[in-house]
Amino acid sequence: MRWAPNHLADIGLALWQHVLLVAVSVGVALVFALVAGIWSAHRPRAYTAILFLTGILFVIPSLAMFALLIPILGLGFKPAVIGLTSYCLLILTRNVVLGLRAVSPDIADAATGLGYGPIRRLFEIELPIALPFIVAGLRVAVVTVIGVATVAAYINAGGLGSIIFAGIDQRYPEKIIIGGGLTALMAITADLLLSRAEQALRGRTI
Amino acid sequence: MILLDAVRWIGTHPTEFLAALQQHLLMSAISLAIGLLIALPLAVLILPSRVGAGLTVGLVNAIRTIPSLAILAAALPILGIGIVPSIVALVVLAVPPILINSLIGLREVDADLIDAASGMGMRRAQILWRVRLPLAAPAIFAGIRTAAVQIISGATLASFIGGGGLGDFITAGIALMDYSRLLVGAVPIALLAIGVELGMASLERRLFVAKSA
Repeated sequence: MRWAPNHLADIGLALWQHVLLVAVSVGVALVFALVAGIWSAHRPRAYTAILFLTGILFVIPSLAMFALLIPILGLGFKPAVIGLTSYCLLILTRNVVLGLRAVSPDIADAATGLGYGPIRRLFEIELPIALPFIVAGLRVAVVTVIGVATVAAYINAGGLGSIIFAGIDQRYPEKIIIGGGLTALMAITADLLLSRAEQALRGRTI
Repeated sequence: MILLDAVRWIGTHPTEFLAALQQHLLMSAISLAIGLLIALPLAVLILPSRVGAGLTVGLVNAIRTIPSLAILAAALPILGIGIVPSIVALVVLAVPPILINSLIGLREVDADLIDAASGMGMRRAQILWRVRLPLAAPAIFAGIRTAAVQIISGATLASFIGGGGLGDFITAGIALMDYSRLLVGAVPIALLAIGVELGMASLERRLFVAKSA
């Protein structure tokens, strides 16, 4: 450990950039997933088509995805966020739909009977019931994107990957271990926090 | 049109392109085969022991949180550059999904079926080969499918540690800021990954859904 103690500020910056990359991409993906999920939850054919398309985006290797975006968006934060967003769409949309489909028709009918309009029913009944499923999706998406985001450093988006790439270029194992280890630690922390949140939501009474 | 330039580049450099494609496929296939040869016997081995299975799953889940890039990068100081360190790293990526899926598949075989088989006088090895493995096959295959897609993706990153493959065109394209060269790597890689995913999904349907219906 000779490099890390003298470069805490650099490590802190990389951590912050990494958190930002992950938060912005998952946030953007969540907005898309909510819109697509709410629209397609009770339209089976549209839902199948959305799953197919987002499934294809999900399997495109990260480096290839970034490379495909560079001619359009150049290097940096923007193509990185769009590439990372594309990874979350499958997981998040699927969980939004699973959650909305978990609302029993009796409850939906009861709400309508009580005079709830479709919008009020969505926000006050259906989305709260779907919330644990959505958080479960967020957990998988966040953990996945934390790992993939390391590759974004190659297109100048910063983050913990930049420490790993420096380690590769300089044959400096400590940097590879610090970059990879902090990424793993971030993934484990996020997994723990979001699974707590999911359990708390499942245990609550609405 | 840069896509056209990319196609033209492949046309004028067929040997370079085919060599990279071959390297990519070879590296992926070898890693998947080795991963399967490690993960499946390991799953069978640790199946009877609760503690062993618990420890292994914990370890494997810990490995899963390490990003692919770091696993490839870590192979560099230990094993140097080239295709061998890349294959070792890709095997590390392949083992977790196959192992976890195999373990779940083998464990979830109905206990009554195992009882019936041993009641019929089958020995443990026979129960494994004739009852457990066939019934766990769909789960094992799903693990292989996940591993295959991850390996194709990871093999792209092998370019960073001198492992070659189609990722070389992307790193060259970024270094030279040559968009058409970027696409020479990116488009075939994307098509390859989509092809493997769709191909294995349809194979999965043909092998398992038709049989159980």
